[in-house]
Amino acid sequence: MILKIENLRAKVGDKEILRGVNLELPLGQVHAIMGPNGSGKSTLAQVLAGREEYTVTGRVLFDGEDLLTQTPEARAFMGLFLAFQYPVELPGVGNLYFLRTALNSVRKQRGLEALDAVDFLAFAQKRMDLVEMDRSLMSRSVNEGFSGGEKKRNEILQLAILEPKLAILDETDSGLDIDALRTVAKAVNALRGPDRTLLLITHYQRLLDYIVPDQVHVMTEGQIVRSGGKDLALELEHDGYLADAPDHTLPVGGTP
Amino acid sequence: MSPNRATGLAQIALPEPAGQPTWLQRMRRSALDWVAENGFPGHDDEDWKYTRLGPLLAIPFELAQPIDSSLTASALDVLVGNCGGPRLVFVNGHFNPQLSSLTEIPKNIRATSLRTHLHQTEESGASRLFPPPQNSFVALNSAFSEDGAYIEVPPHTTVERPIHLVFVTDGPADAAPILASPRSVIIAEANSRLTVIESYVGLRPQVSLTNAFTQVILEAGANVEHYTLQNEPATAMHLGMLAVHQPAASEFSSYALSLGASLARQEIRVALAGEGAQTQLRGLYMPRGRQHHGHVTSIDHQAPGCTSRELYKGVLDGQSRGVFKGKVVVRPGADRTDANQSNKNLLLSEGAEIDTRPQLEILADDVKCTHGAAVGQLDEEAVFYLRSRGIGQKAARDMLTYAFVSEMLGLITIPELKTLIEHAVAQQLEADSTDDREKTLAGEIRSR
Repeated sequence: MILKIENLRAKVGDKEILRGVNLELPLGQVHAIMGPNGSGKSTLAQVLAGREEYTVTGRVLFDGEDLLTQTPEARAFMGLFLAFQYPVELPGVGNLYFLRTALNSVRKQRGLEALDAVDFLAFAQKRMDLVEMDRSLMSRSVNEGFSGGEKKRNEILQLAILEPKLAILDETDSGLDIDALRTVAKAVNALRGPDRTLLLITHYQRLLDYIVPDQVHVMTEGQIVRSGGKDLALELEHDGYLADAPDHTLPVGGTP
Repeated sequence: MSPNRATGLAQIALPEPAGQPTWLQRMRRSALDWVAENGFPGHDDEDWKYTRLGPLLAIPFELAQPIDSSLTASALDVLVGNCGGPRLVFVNGHFNPQLSSLTEIPKNIRATSLRTHLHQTEESGASRLFPPPQNSFVALNSAFSEDGAYIEVPPHTTVERPIHLVFVTDGPADAAPILASPRSVIIAEANSRLTVIESYVGLRPQVSLTNAFTQVILEAGANVEHYTLQNEPATAMHLGMLAVHQPAASEFSSYALSLGASLARQEIRVALAGEGAQTQLRGLYMPRGRQHHGHVTSIDHQAPGCTSRELYKGVLDGQSRGVFKGKVVVRPGADRTDANQSNKNLLLSEGAEIDTRPQLEILADDVKCTHGAAVGQLDEEAVFYLRSRGIGQKAARDMLTYAFVSEMLGLITIPELKTLIEHAVAQQLEADSTDDREKTLAGEIRSR
């Protein structure tokens, strides 16, 4: 089990957003969490990555180690990666320099030697090809002035470079047109493997046509309320998240 | 102005006038009389409002003496960089020919010590170099200036390599506090072009005050690029005034860097006196610990069609204090003025403080004047983003701070200088904000 979440609760001020999440992710699998807006999906991703604004209780084991007491950078060293829903723009920080600094920081923790600029470029080229990243974006400031699609590609490029054990992809499909979605999905599929778990957080079933999950979980009101195979996504598409409570039925993928 | 007379500075006697022309002796005497009569700026002086002078004025300074410095030319390369052009070195305000490299000076350019020049000059020829006193510290400089550079570039001449002026304070750490008063004159005749760098450094932790005055006199169509790089020791205080006169179609740019000293203030006054003159003032200050860095600029649009651009950035850490005061005056008739001013500040700690004051006085029609001031902290969202990629908290904060500063580093056009300043800036960022700069004598004086 790469990730084991037990009764995870998270509050901002008095508002409880996660209300006892339980989830287990085996190594080498792809899981998806679906749910309506405001159900706590992105909060779960942020809490796992180490966002400090939340008051968190419960227990999370990452590869058998306690995760919640770790700093965000220590979580990255352990092999956790979050592809942000809204990647942050960093004016004045060169993209190539940022990627190399991140990789070398993680390599150092893993007892590996730092890569110099030349070696890094060679290492990064293949990954850039994988996400079909325009070379000119490497010499620009991180995400500054990038289109929505370019930002998401840059997130997947970081995933490919940092090679985590668990990657959480938070709404990676949002804001992508169909061609960009195909490219990103192709890259993500190429990064699947027996040593890597992917957790896809999405509002839409569409993404799961391209990245087919082993398991699908439904989150509503801060809890995982249902889990099932990949067919569950299709069922949700048809019947909505709250099939048992027709009065509150929300459409999946129906948001304009 | 409320005169502030109870001072050590005003009590310093004029040195022996050995060999000085009588007109120069007379001028020094009248400058000192002016200081005695008018005193120093007090709390109610708008230009000095945020910079407390009391402690500085109470220090019993002695005039800096020429000394046999242990400094070598190669040590200077490390300290201030070697830009491959002529270098004039002044130790405690006195010209040091051994450390200078004058062989690089192009034949048709005059680049010498100001003292040498003044001793060969009639009073009539020097009058514009000593305008009537209006300002206490400039008058104090007129009274006591030991030496400085005199640079004169003939018409239609381009000086390829920058001329580097290096001002060093040196002497035993336990010596009495010293006052050095470097004074330089840069004259760029019609359509000439040159770059001048002024570096201010100190070798030892002695208490010192550098009270510098530089005049830049451009003729029509001339182009001067000027740098003032202040990185004096934590025991030092630095007051600098740069006065620039620009006639028609002249272009001037300055770059003012403040890294060192416990108390530092750089003032620039630009007179845009001829049509179509252009000026660009850029500055970067990075106080930390208990340092105080002030930048005061004043741009006087006297003629039509002139352009001024101003960009100052500050990064403040520890309990430090920064001041930016930018005045732009557009005189009647200075139509088609195009002025833009921007001051951006990044506060890295709770205790740091910045006072930023743009001041526009527009007395003409048909002008385009914009200004903006910003004070902010590091974006925590960005810090988290970097940390989530395995970059440690301090490294993440340093990276974002450096990114804020990088725009200013990109404006340095001399490669050797850029490398040197990049290192100095990185050092300033990496150093712990609670380091020795807090424990200096000058720091104690400031906090009294």
